[in-house]
This record gives sequence, structure tokens and C-alpha cells, in this order.
Amino acid sequence: MDFSLNEFQAMLSDSVAKFVSNEYDFETRQASAAAPRGFNDAIWQNFCDLGWTALPFSEAEGGLDGGPIETMLLMQHFGRGLVVEPYLANIVLAGGVLRRLASDTQKSRWLAPIIAGELQAALAFAEPQSRYDIGDIGTTATRDADGWLINGSKAVVLNGGNAELLIIPAVLDGVSLFAVAADTDGVTRRRYSTVDGATAAEITLRNVRVDSGALLGTAGDGLATLEAVLDEAILAVCAEGVGIMQALTEKTVEYSKNRVQFGVPIGSFQALQHRMVDMFTATEQSYSLLLWATMASAAAADDAKRAVSAIKYQIGTAGKRVGQEAVQLHGGMGMSWEFDVGHYFKRLTVIGQLFGNADWHLDRLAQ
Amino acid sequence: MPLSREHQQRFQKALYARGWAGYNWPVEYGGTGWSLVQKYLFQKEMADANMPAIVPFGLGMVGPIIYTYGSAEQKQRFLPDILASNTWWCQGYSEPGSGSDLASLKTRAERDGDHYIVNGTKTWTTLAQHADWIFCLVRTSSDSARRQDGISFLLVDMATPGVSVRPIITIDGSHEINEVHFDAVRVPRDNLVGEEGKGWTYGKVLLQHERTGTAGVARTQYRLRELRAQAGRSVRGAAPLSNDANFMRKIAAVEVELKALEYTELRTLAAVTSGKAPGAESSILKFKGTELQQAVDELYLEAAGYYALPYVPEQYVYDFPDQDRVGEGVETDAAPRYFNFRKASIYGGSNEIQKNIIAKHVLGL
Ligand SMILES: Cc1cc2nc3c(=O)[nH]c(=O)nc-3n(C[C@H](O)[C@H](O)[C@H](O)COP(=O)(O)OP(=O)(O)OC[C@H]3O[C@@H](n4cnc5c(N)ncnc54)[C@H](O)[C@@H]3O)c2cc1C
Repeated sequence: MDFSLNEFQAMLSDSVAKFVSNEYDFETRQASAAAPRGFNDAIWQNFCDLGWTALPFSEAEGGLDGGPIETMLLMQHFGRGLVVEPYLANIVLAGGVLRRLASDTQKSRWLAPIIAGELQAALAFAEPQSRYDIGDIGTTATRDADGWLINGSKAVVLNGGNAELLIIPAVLDGVSLFAVAADTDGVTRRRYSTVDGATAAEITLRNVRVDSGALLGTAGDGLATLEAVLDEAILAVCAEGVGIMQALTEKTVEYSKNRVQFGVPIGSFQALQHRMVDMFTATEQSYSLLLWATMASAAAADDAKRAVSAIKYQIGTAGKRVGQEAVQLHGGMGMSWEFDVGHYFKRLTVIGQLFGNADWHLDRLAQ
Repeated sequence: MPLSREHQQRFQKALYARGWAGYNWPVEYGGTGWSLVQKYLFQKEMADANMPAIVPFGLGMVGPIIYTYGSAEQKQRFLPDILASNTWWCQGYSEPGSGSDLASLKTRAERDGDHYIVNGTKTWTTLAQHADWIFCLVRTSSDSARRQDGISFLLVDMATPGVSVRPIITIDGSHEINEVHFDAVRVPRDNLVGEEGKGWTYGKVLLQHERTGTAGVARTQYRLRELRAQAGRSVRGAAPLSNDANFMRKIAAVEVELKALEYTELRTLAAVTSGKAPGAESSILKFKGTELQQAVDELYLEAAGYYALPYVPEQYVYDFPDQDRVGEGVETDAAPRYFNFRKASIYGGSNEIQKNIIAKHVLGL
């Protein structure tokens, strides 16, 4: 097997790694999370200037023609740096829908400003009752004059409180996706922080009137698109998760070499050595599955969907163990807000909850 | 959900009014004088009624140390206010360099006439921000043959000049723990409990208390019943979680383990009640208890799905209006609680240290 990167991929990986190690230390990350919108505008703009927000889009869309492998490389380093800026919500989720369905007019209205960092976007893929079933949609769109009237509720919309553009799945000839400006009459949002330092919102739509230009693609295209976009999002957060697991394993090993109790480094206790070997192994196994799943996806292989569920299951289970062990082996330090390990653990926990937890994906594999 | 000091104090004073504050204490100091079985039943009833936990530092820890090892004067001076929850205590054992290896502690208490001068730092000190007093393990001598023999048990008024408290926020965002600095703090020698150099022995008795007292089986069972109840109904129009056989199997598996631990605890109780020493089985109570507590926290997180994500600090108090909460019932603080309770396998002697003790002292390895 050939796992080597091409020139563009190597450069990309290198530049994200450099950014994380030179410009995004833990204090910077915490300052981003504490900023009013839950991320740092200047850093986001920097991502745009570096071309990262253009990564998965075609040249015609002003993008760099990247695919699953490029996104994986970027997200893995974002995981190591615990980057809190809303790449997933804007580029992978909202961008993923627009890339597939938007007309040229819609792209220049919505996608171009996202890539330029002038507009924040969110994809409202969950509803209060839906849990992980993206097809369970109660929101409706009914024809109204030359447009539609949308009614319903959306749950835990990532970046939903910041977004100027909301992509709303609604029932119309099956599932259809609508681009709704967040300031449209009838949209109400309850914005909150999330436990991983980012933000989300509960969104209610009451008689929200949108014009004919709001429908993305043709009516009924929505579900297949959502599934494809969420599979991409799963690969993205799993890459981030692997980056986090690598960081946690390294940090724990390092800490155990320096923390002295009973006159010796705690890393000299075999009880802990074996635990760290297990962390290391879980991380390596996860990375292996990530490569399989990402390459299967890039090649549009027959088993790509199964591979996506396999890696999500793996990150859900192995990620939980690695996160818990990292905190445990750091003792009180692992419980402190001022120390980075606990924040990695929390993000890994959130990744486990996103887009179907371990059981959800194991069920998909068992069928 | 944590209570404010005012609410916690109101609760403990209500127990005091019923004569139950000292449910663990002998009659001569104002306690109930209850047998082990009575104490067990009281704790179980409290858990079944979802009562708040009693803050352990005064009533559970320093009170018993004082009535067991303290002078007559100390008993008179401290016990009534502890019993009535007038004074609040915290526990100053751990230090930045001394966690699992507590005997390496460095906070020094040097004699100066009828005072000690205390210098050093205690850390991870739970509720120090509310405490009137701190009970500390301090080093009074560094030339004892065993490190443990140079350690003494000292009571320090938190209002003494030179004592300062710095908050430590835990990963769930709450303020429970602190760093406590002692900068040339003058403490009357009258505040030494028992003999100089015996602090380790007294402190160990306390740790023993902490280790058997934290199995918390009944409380964990209560939380699991709450989860089962919520899983049985539709939340926000979703199909009940109880339709998910995988999830219900996980609940059942934890219930089995909890039942086992309940009976382990009852075996310990039976042995002690019939005048025997608690058997080897008692050593597993603390670490197994915390493992199961944490297993239930994980199930809450699973039940919450996406509603594990919201972080809404203002709703993590018991009197926040239900209709304004993001998430419902067990979902509301599932994640912060899961994060916060990772502490349970770290404090009071980490699970690794518990297992070391069992390997050495129970299995003779
Ligand atoms: C929320 C919270 C509240 C607390 N409240 C208080 C309080 O009120 N008062 C107080 O005095 N203390 C308190 N503590 C401190 C607690 O008792 C210590 O955190 C604990 O003793 C562990 O010490 P440490 O954090 O220094 O970890 P370390 O001792 O450095 O341990 C780090 C890791 O190494 C492991 N380890 C250490 N030695 C061994 C060994 N020999 N074999 C195998 N593994 C080993 C540990 O189990 C742990 O996983 C609290 C801690 C927390 C997290």
C-alpha cells in the first residue's frame, strides 16, 4: 500500500502543523473559546488567507479541489491543536451542502463569502426528537406564493448562534434543503456555549417565508445530500479525534516521566505503563482505520459507508478510553480547567456524541 | 446538582434539628449512637429520597477525629458548632508535590513559643472558599526515621493572617476546589490534635472512613432508576429510549454490578455487626463504587445524545425553572456531571492506589 502524500498534501499538512505548533498554543485556544462568538475572527481570517477555507471546493467555486484526504490532514492537526474555530460547521457541513446542491447564483451569494470568511453558516441537521436519525424531520415547507413557508424546530445547531446562513432541512416532496438567512422574520435562536468550548443554538422557525431562490437543488434531493455530507463530517471529526488521541497519549507519557511520587517518576509503575501502552495501541489502531476509511471514501469504494461507521465506532469507544485514561493518569491536574488535558478529553467526548455514537454505528455495521 | 453554601447549610441544619446531623456520632457528643445497621439504613433512606449529600469534612471527618483524639477543651470548643453546621471545614492533605504519596508532604509547622508557624501550600482543597477552618497534615519534624512520624494534625482558622485561597476551576467549569497558601501563619499550639508526630495515624483512620464511605451504592441506584424512568417515556416526541435494546442491556448490566456491590457492603456490615473485622471484600467498596458511579454517568451521556453538548451553567442549580432548561431531565447536566465525576476515581486515594493496597494487604503480593 502506498500511504505517501503528494506534494500539495505534504505542503498542506506541514503548514497546518506549523500553524498549530507556532501560533496556536493552549492559551490562544482558550482565548478563542472565550471570545464573544466562541472563536477568534483574526484567526478565522488567517485560515481564509491560507486557503484552508477553500480546501474542499472546486476551482470553479474558488477552491483548491481538495478531497477527503486533504480534509483529514487538516483536521488531524486541528485536533492536536484543539482548534475551536468553526471549520466543521462552515466548511465541512454548510459548505458540503452548498458544494453539492447550490446553483451558481446561490454559490456566489452564500458560498463565496463563506470561503472569504465574510459569512458564518450552519447546517441544522438535528431536531429535538430526532436523536441521530437525520431522516426524522418534523420541520415542514409548504408552497406559498412564489416561495415557501417553513415551520419547525432544530436542535443543537453547531455554530447556529453565529450563523448568518442557516441550511434548513424540511419535509417537501421528501426532504428538501433551504438556505435561510438567519435574520428572516420568524427565526428565533437560543444561543449557548457547548461543553467543548464552541457554541450552538436551538432554533425555532415559525412561518418563515423564503423566496424561490432559497431551495437548494431540486425538491426531494435533501436526504441523500445530508447523508453524504454527514459521512464527510464523520471522517473530519474522526481525523480530529485521532489528532486529539495522539496529543493525549504523548502528553500523558511525557507527564508520567516527570511527575514524581514515592521518589520515582509515576511512569515507572508497571500498572501505569500498561495503561499507556493501551492508550498508544488504541490511538494507532484508530489512525489505521482512519486511513482506510478516508482512502475508501476518496476512491468512492463500495465499502466506503461501512468504513465511515467503523471509524466512528472506533473513535467513540477507543476515544472514550484514551480520554478517560489521560485525565486519570494526570490525577488532579487532569481535572483542572487551567490545564489542557481536560479540554482535549471534553472535545473527544463531544466527537463521540456527534453524528451517531458508537452504538449507533455498530448497529449500522451489524445490519 | 451542587447546592450553594446557604442551601447546603439549611439542609444540614434541618438534619440537626431532627437530631440526625450526628447520625455517625456517639450519643455523648450529641450524635445518635446508632448501630452500623441503623447508619446504613439512614444513608439508604437519604439516598432513596434523593436528599443532598452531607458535606463530609466537618461531620464525617474532623468531628470524629476530634472526639476520638482531641483534648477535652477541643471537644468543647469545636464539636457543638460542627454538629450544628455553624462552622464549615475543609481538608488540607494534598499538596502540589504530594498526592498519592501523601507522606512526602512539605507544609511545615515550626514551634515558636506557644505557637506554630505554618508555611506551605495545600491544593485541590474542596470547598476551602467557604470554609471557616481547615484541618491539615503538616510536617513538625524532618528528622524522624520514618517520614510519616514527622507529621502532625493541626486545625487552622482560615481567617488567620497569612492564609490565602486561590480558586481552581474544574474541567466542568465549576468552582469546588482551591489552592490554600500558608505564609508564616501563626497557629496556637492548642490547635494541635493529639500528639505531635501522630498525625499520619489519625489521618489514615480518616482515609479509611473516606474509602468505605464512598461506595454510594444507593445513590447510584437512585440515579439509574431516574434514567430508567426517563428512558421509558418519550422525550420531545422521540421514541422512548427503552425501545433500544442495546441501551437497556447496558442499564441492566450496571444494575447487576450494583446489586453485587450492595451485597458486598451488606456482607461487610454483617461481619462487623457480629463482632468480626470487616473482611477483605470491604477493600473493593470505594473503587468499585466509583467505577459504577462513573458507568452511570456514561449512560446519562449516551441518553442525552446531542443534548449532552449544551453548556448552560445557570441551569445547573436545582431551582432553575424546568421549562427554561436546554435538554430535559437526565440530559440537562449529563456532560458536566460526567466530566466532574472523573474526580471520583482520583480523590480519596486513587483507584490505582486502592488496587495497590488490595494487592499488598489483601492478596499478600
Ligand atoms: C475534585 C478533587 C477534589 C479533591 N479534594 C481534596 C480535598 O478536599 N483535600 C485534599 O487534601 N485533597 C483533595 N483532592 C486531592 C486528591 O486526594 C489527589 O488528587 C489524589 O490523592 C491524587 O494525587 P495527585 O492528584 O497528586 O495525583 P498523583 O499522585 O500525581 O497521581 C497521578 C496518577 O498516578 C497514579 N499513581 C500514583 N502513584 C501510583 C502507584 N504507586 N501505582 C500506580 N499508580 C500510581 C495515580 O493513581 C494517578 O492516576 C482532591 C482532588 C480532586 C480531583
